[in-house]
Amino acid sequence: MPSILSLKKVSKTYGENTKNPTKVLFDVDLDFEESSFNSIIGQSGSGKSTLLNIIGSLDRPTSGDILFKNESLASLSKNDLAAFRNRSLGFIFQFHYLLPEFTAMENVLMPYRISKREITKEVIERADELLEIVGLGNFKNKLSTNLSGGQQQRVAIARSLINNPSIVLADEPTGNLDSDTTEKIYELLRDINRKFKTTFIIITHNRTVAEKTDRVIEIKDGKVYLDISK
Amino acid sequence: MKLAFQIAKRFLLASKRQTLVIILGIAVGVSVQIFIGALIGGLQDSLVDTTIGSRSQITITKTDELISDYDELLSLTESSSNNIRVITPTITTSGSLVKGENSEIIVVRGFDYNTADDIYKFSEKLTPGSELPNTTNEVVLGINLKDSLGIEIGSVVTFDSAVYESRSFTVVGFFDFAVKEINNSWTITTIDTVQGIINQGDVVSNIEIQLNEVFDAEEVTKLEIDEQISDEYTISTWISENESLLSGLQGQSTSSLMIQIFVIVSVVLGISSTLAITVLQKSKQLGILKAMGIKDGDASLIFLFEGMLLGVFGAIIGILLGIGLLYSFTTFSGTDIPITFDAGFLAMSAGIAIAASTLAALSPAIKSSKLTVMEVIRNA
Ligand SMILES: Nc1ncnc2c1ncn2[C@@H]1O[C@H](COP(=O)(O)OP(=O)(O)OP(=O)(O)O)[C@@H](O)[C@H]1O
Ligand SMILES: [Mg+2]
Repeated sequence: MPSILSLKKVSKTYGENTKNPTKVLFDVDLDFEESSFNSIIGQSGSGKSTLLNIIGSLDRPTSGDILFKNESLASLSKNDLAAFRNRSLGFIFQFHYLLPEFTAMENVLMPYRISKREITKEVIERADELLEIVGLGNFKNKLSTNLSGGQQQRVAIARSLINNPSIVLADEPTGNLDSDTTEKIYELLRDINRKFKTTFIIITHNRTVAEKTDRVIEIKDGKVYLDISK
Repeated sequence: MKLAFQIAKRFLLASKRQTLVIILGIAVGVSVQIFIGALIGGLQDSLVDTTIGSRSQITITKTDELISDYDELLSLTESSSNNIRVITPTITTSGSLVKGENSEIIVVRGFDYNTADDIYKFSEKLTPGSELPNTTNEVVLGINLKDSLGIEIGSVVTFDSAVYESRSFTVVGFFDFAVKEINNSWTITTIDTVQGIINQGDVVSNIEIQLNEVFDAEEVTKLEIDEQISDEYTISTWISENESLLSGLQGQSTSSLMIQIFVIVSVVLGISSTLAITVLQKSKQLGILKAMGIKDGDASLIFLFEGMLLGVFGAIIGILLGIGLLYSFTTFSGTDIPITFDAGFLAMSAGIAIAASTLAALSPAIKSSKLTVMEVIRNA
């Protein structure tokens, strides 16, 4: 499988220009294959979120570069990065982060609308299908604040997929959900990975979850400590 | 753009009470602006009206001479500008009126009442039983002359002058101009009465004009007339004769402007600070939108649209409130202070409110464009 994303000697130092800068990532080299299902584990404070945010271009590395389909992200402007995120990435955060002013359906359509394309019958059908896949066909016109935590997380999953991204990045997507729901959501992500060939990079604290993924990367003290592929 | 607008709309609707408070704030500002503007405008108009409403606003004379070919001058002048509302010839001389022991120095003015009445509104100022002069040697006198000469309607008085022959006038009425100087000394009559006294044929002394737009007198209409008529005539306007009135009006305009500026400034500060809080309240949403790839420019558009929407609704309610305020003021205050406002003034107030609200949203908009996803995630 060809590589879709690679990190080249990525380092991150927080508070670089302050009295006590903290270096969090040390020359991280990583390659992710297309359509792979990856997990990142590691102790609290080891630098997982920092790494994922840099991969997602939400933050810039202090040094090093990220290549997406062999193109460097370092040279892109803020607006180009925004367009890149919109087109190629999907995000699932731990704290759901839906827009409370909008319905489930509107939240799912939001990344599409941000891309400034006209809403078509096809995209509505796609949103419907995604909401159906995550089991929320009957909730699409509910305001997102009126959904339960697990339902909100599933809306966020549907939303992350609406623009057909190459990669979905998830930071502890089930962090505050019960274990049954957690199980269901991972099965869902796995199904989507098979169905749409979407690459997943998922941070988790849950070792049993991690063990079901194709590849487990363990981060320790800002470095890749273990990298096990099946 | 469409998305930013819709998000703005949703954000405003999601916090209805806060939205309502800002809109009311803008509305109060706009209504105060409209109220004060209309009141000061009304006062100015009535001041202008009482000062120059019943007198000549542009006067044409011939230096040291009477005007003989005035028919031609009238038609030339009338066609020179379309700001001319009324134009009328008059002839004036002076002397004294004598009745028995009593004598008063007076001004005799001959008018063509078909047109002159439109300027001076004599017929509205006649005392009961009076009528306008109709034939030669009929006169109407200022009301104060009635007592000082001891006369009444029907009396015959003698006109004396050092220069001209004496003659007898029949008093057919009195007028009350509510101006002491005029009530004390004006004796109005027909043009041919005065022409008879002066005995120089068909002449007049002045051409008097009233305008549609009085403030154009000096800079527009005078120049237009000047272009058409011969140089031997002198044209004077009310503006050159009333500098103190004008500077008074200007002072009022300035203070009105100051009040309006302060109202706008307070509206802008209010909106600006409230929207700044909204940016904080919505930072989580902004973070999500940015993670999903909304451009910084579009993110700030959301807040500009919020400002604009608040301005539009504030202006609409403010106009209604302002009109209500004016209505209740004129109905219940018991004064008859005139009120002047027109669609243009309302549109201007509304436009300023909308522009100011949008402008006030500028700094929150910039703030929102600077917000990064990382700040939001870290503070969650
Ligand atoms: N903005 C920041 N400024 C300074 N230090 C930071 C900042 N963000 C994170 N850090 C520090 O960087 C280190 C790594 O943080 P990070 O959030 O990546 O850890 P993590 O592996 O995701 O931990 P957890 O499992 O608890 O989420 C931590 O020591 C943290 O205190
Ligand atoms: Mg983390």
